[in-house]
Amino acid sequence: MKRSAGDGELRGNRAEGLLRLPWEVAMRALEYPMRGVQRLIGQGRMPYVFVLPNLLIFGTFVVVPLFINFYYSVTGGTALFPEDRPFVGADQYGYLLDCENHLSPFTCREDRFWRGVYNTIFFVTFQVVAMVGLSLLTAVILNRRIVARGFFRSVFFYPVLLSPVVVALIWKWILQRDGVLNAVITAFGGDRVLFLAEPQWAMFWIIFVSTWAHMGFYTLILLAGLQSIPADLYEAAEMDGTSRWRTFRRITMPLLWPTMLVVLVLALIKSVQTFDEVFVLTGGGPGTATQLIVHYIYETAFATQVHNFGLAAAASILLGTVLFILTMIQMRLGSRGERR
Amino acid sequence: MNRTLAFLTRRRGGRGWHPTDILSYAYLMLGVLMMFGPVVWLLMSSFKTQAGLVEFPPSFLPYSQEQVMVEGYKDPLPLFEVTLPDGSKKPMAQVRRIGIVSQMVDPKQPDQTIRVKFEDRTPIRSLAFAWENYVTPLKQFNFMSYLWNSIVVTTVATFITLVVNSMAAFGLSKYEFKGRTSILIFIIGTLMIPITVIMVPVYLVATQLGMVNSLWGVILPGAATPTGVFLLRQYMLTIPDELIDAARMDNASEWQIYWRLIVPLSLPAIAVLAIFSIMWRWNDFLWPLIILTRNEVYTLQVGLNAFQGELQVQWHFVLAMTVVTLLPITLVFAFLQKFITTGIASTGMK
Amino acid sequence: MNTRGMKGLLASAAVAVLAWTAPAGAAVELRMMWYSDGNEGEVVRDLLNRFEQQNPDIKIIVDNVAYKAILESLPVQLAAGQGPDIARVTDLGGLSKYYLDLTPYLMDPEYWRASFGPYLQWYRQSGDTKGIYGIQNQLTMTGPFINKTLFDQAGVAIPGAKATWDDWATATVAVAKKLNIPYPIAMDRSGHRFAGTAISMGAKFLNEKGEPAVVDEGFKAMASRIKKWHDDGTMGKELWGGVSGSAYRGANEEFANAQVVMYMSGSWQISQFAKQIGDAFDWVAVPQPCGPAACTGMPGGAGTVALKQTKHPKEVAKVMEYLASEPVITEFSARTLILPAHLGVVKKGVDFKTDLRLAKDALSVFTGHISNLSPVASALQGYPYNRVIFNAVISRLGQAVVGELTLDDAYARITQDIEAQMAEQQRNKK
Repeated sequence: MKRSAGDGELRGNRAEGLLRLPWEVAMRALEYPMRGVQRLIGQGRMPYVFVLPNLLIFGTFVVVPLFINFYYSVTGGTALFPEDRPFVGADQYGYLLDCENHLSPFTCREDRFWRGVYNTIFFVTFQVVAMVGLSLLTAVILNRRIVARGFFRSVFFYPVLLSPVVVALIWKWILQRDGVLNAVITAFGGDRVLFLAEPQWAMFWIIFVSTWAHMGFYTLILLAGLQSIPADLYEAAEMDGTSRWRTFRRITMPLLWPTMLVVLVLALIKSVQTFDEVFVLTGGGPGTATQLIVHYIYETAFATQVHNFGLAAAASILLGTVLFILTMIQMRLGSRGERR
Repeated sequence: MNRTLAFLTRRRGGRGWHPTDILSYAYLMLGVLMMFGPVVWLLMSSFKTQAGLVEFPPSFLPYSQEQVMVEGYKDPLPLFEVTLPDGSKKPMAQVRRIGIVSQMVDPKQPDQTIRVKFEDRTPIRSLAFAWENYVTPLKQFNFMSYLWNSIVVTTVATFITLVVNSMAAFGLSKYEFKGRTSILIFIIGTLMIPITVIMVPVYLVATQLGMVNSLWGVILPGAATPTGVFLLRQYMLTIPDELIDAARMDNASEWQIYWRLIVPLSLPAIAVLAIFSIMWRWNDFLWPLIILTRNEVYTLQVGLNAFQGELQVQWHFVLAMTVVTLLPITLVFAFLQKFITTGIASTGMK
Repeated sequence: MNTRGMKGLLASAAVAVLAWTAPAGAAVELRMMWYSDGNEGEVVRDLLNRFEQQNPDIKIIVDNVAYKAILESLPVQLAAGQGPDIARVTDLGGLSKYYLDLTPYLMDPEYWRASFGPYLQWYRQSGDTKGIYGIQNQLTMTGPFINKTLFDQAGVAIPGAKATWDDWATATVAVAKKLNIPYPIAMDRSGHRFAGTAISMGAKFLNEKGEPAVVDEGFKAMASRIKKWHDDGTMGKELWGGVSGSAYRGANEEFANAQVVMYMSGSWQISQFAKQIGDAFDWVAVPQPCGPAACTGMPGGAGTVALKQTKHPKEVAKVMEYLASEPVITEFSARTLILPAHLGVVKKGVDFKTDLRLAKDALSVFTGHISNLSPVASALQGYPYNRVIFNAVISRLGQAVVGELTLDDAYARITQDIEAQMAEQQRNKK
């Protein structure tokens, strides 16, 4: 990879130029005032200036809502404004966590919450593995000497452009009882399968469909990672007679690791947040077999006639806490891997 | 084992024809079918009539029943192929149907009707594209305004996201300052929290700020995405500090270092974030649905979902309009395809 | 560009933003939030255009939205003091605290009482017996359709007017067996659809005090039949088992493909069937199947309501008066194939605008259902928190149908769900 430094030139075609113009105008305009600011507060305090706009937006639309959300979770009723809500202490949490056996959702008072938890764990585990695995495989294949590589790259990327709702819609038409897949199966003399009404099938298909929709993005990132590995490393390995598998493990994987980390984190985030696709495709069914945790929270806060913001908030705080811990562990592992 | 795994390490320029090449192309072909097939199916379905959409087995191309004008009848009559008692087949028009018996007429002999059993006739169909699926909603809706709003939201939001996030990522990756760790922990800690679960409080905040029914209410809340900060910071960490020190020697201000040095060097990562942001904003649905309640500020996704009623969904319109929302982004992709894919790919994402 | 240029840019941007939200022109501008199942949006726009010609000082902007927005976003908006002036809603009782009482603004409140008498109560909060809040401009009725052609082909006699659910199950299974049809019976996945059938079996849903008391013998009689029918293949699993929670799912496609012998749905399907099926086979609305207690469906429908936070109550009332007038109601019903609720219009009858004999026949059958309504069904429809009941029933019975819960567990969960939600409701600060 070539790096050009300091000249502020974004090389490229006309499309880039079009994108560059507003950016350059705004940045240049800010140069003098920013120099003034730097003179005023000193170089050491400049990072605050850089972080400030982000923190302002982040604070207003994430941090403040998170605090309101926490307040919701210790209050009851259906009122929207926090001051109209009576304090109920840890009632909502107690309600969620009240189980005879936490490993068996149906012994819990709020069984749907726990079904959501276990479904999400299952979904995320398999979806991330499938997604990263397939993306890596596709990237490796695309990294070979392939005719029309640009075309294939675009083909795999195209579904990324579709909205989750559209993705689910398309696949619903394919998978439903009178859908295309069943038409194909019956044409070959088979019996129709209720792909979305059998719990195992439904789970399989939501994993499949969300992988289908997003793998192109990760494939591209991984492909980029693969292409940035210097060719001479492989040539050297080949001369030494190193086996291919060993080369893959010893050269490709370690050098790909930083890219892999980004892909893993992004895939995991996306996976945990999955909602629209599944909501439209299976609606969480059959029964509650594919009802994910975000779906539960959404339904509790919005889809019920009595909007239970408190319970939904408590569930989201629990979810948030677990995710926070998971992310921290992941970052630790990630940075260790990076140093390897 | 070694042979089959050879392709794992083969880079461009591998020599000769190898069994794994065949496997690779087979995989890619399967990929084309899997990735494009469903979209083509959507396109074809969007041209089907309401009756055509619910047919089983479904046909790939849109068909509808042929109709003929028969002398002596005011309205066109549907055409069927009728199996006559002697086993011969003949196209005939149906005058009316009572229970399981149809009254049919031969268009060439309009004064003679015969009675045919229900099972003995099959509709004659021909290729017909139901353009009205597109025309009716486009006439009824303020499509251009929705499109414009979508474009405004997507571009402005993406621009703000890129600037604000890259600034923060720069601050958090290249400086040591008090509070850095806590900010980092907070941002990274909220990486995975979906906006769906804090939608109610965010709505409350937006209401207080008077952002309901303004495009800013859609643009701003998601602009400081933790994902963006994380992604850019990861990348900026790999930029050597010596470059920055050298620039400072040359009397560059911190702001100049940011926009003339760091941003150009982080372009691949910024491109990834830009794509992320564009896709997300263009397709965003749940949040705009809550914050935008007036026609003139609707984005495409909100406006075109008006076909989903309580008891009925007008699928023929929904599918057609889905194709319409896909068009602009597909065109953009087609034009910028090289820029997007090679932008990430050849520059290298490390 | 210097800072001042930037500021100017920002200022003009702010002005542009304001311009988006500010009303334009001298005429009073009213916002109406509207969802459509079919062509209602088009028709109402047409009607309003005529109103605007007669009243150039009032302009009505119709914001067409997905039903999801009415159900999920509108309550949040109203709670935050936002929202339109007029809206088409279905949660008639649940949103009642946000309605504007039109009585003081109406020229002839008596006309409203005479025309919408029994329905006005659906819009009121408990304790209120006077207010006029909305127009019931859509009445729906749940009830079954059959594919009569399949009966003819199979040579099975169609059960008569007083036939029970069990008679229908036997007959439809016989038809399905003979012709190899996958689903003898399909029922919308909806607590509302189920409620009518359960009331026929003797379910009461509410106790004497008007509080939820859902699980009783009549309820169990229907619920256990549903479970049995799913187990023995009388009903297909993908409707009730297909989605989770309170999500709705219908069987239009299966019925239109002649895969279903009997489809328990409602009057709103008629306009859809007219387009999807047309004359391909005889789809016929039949009398409500009976149970020991009644032969009833559930009423329902949508209303157009005026909302309290409007700044122009007088103009809103004028629009509402127009929309409630007899000719407008008649035209709306005729063009949308929606059953009217307006008593005067019902009495005169509506000449529905369709050439299809099947559709006309079905509409008149459903009109007949309205007069045979069980009082239990009317009371349940009038109960403001009926959706709490419907949602709990459908989500738990759905789980029972796929085998996640036993029937007895499902009954317990239904009671628990309703209690929990009502308790949350009680918690509100007075």
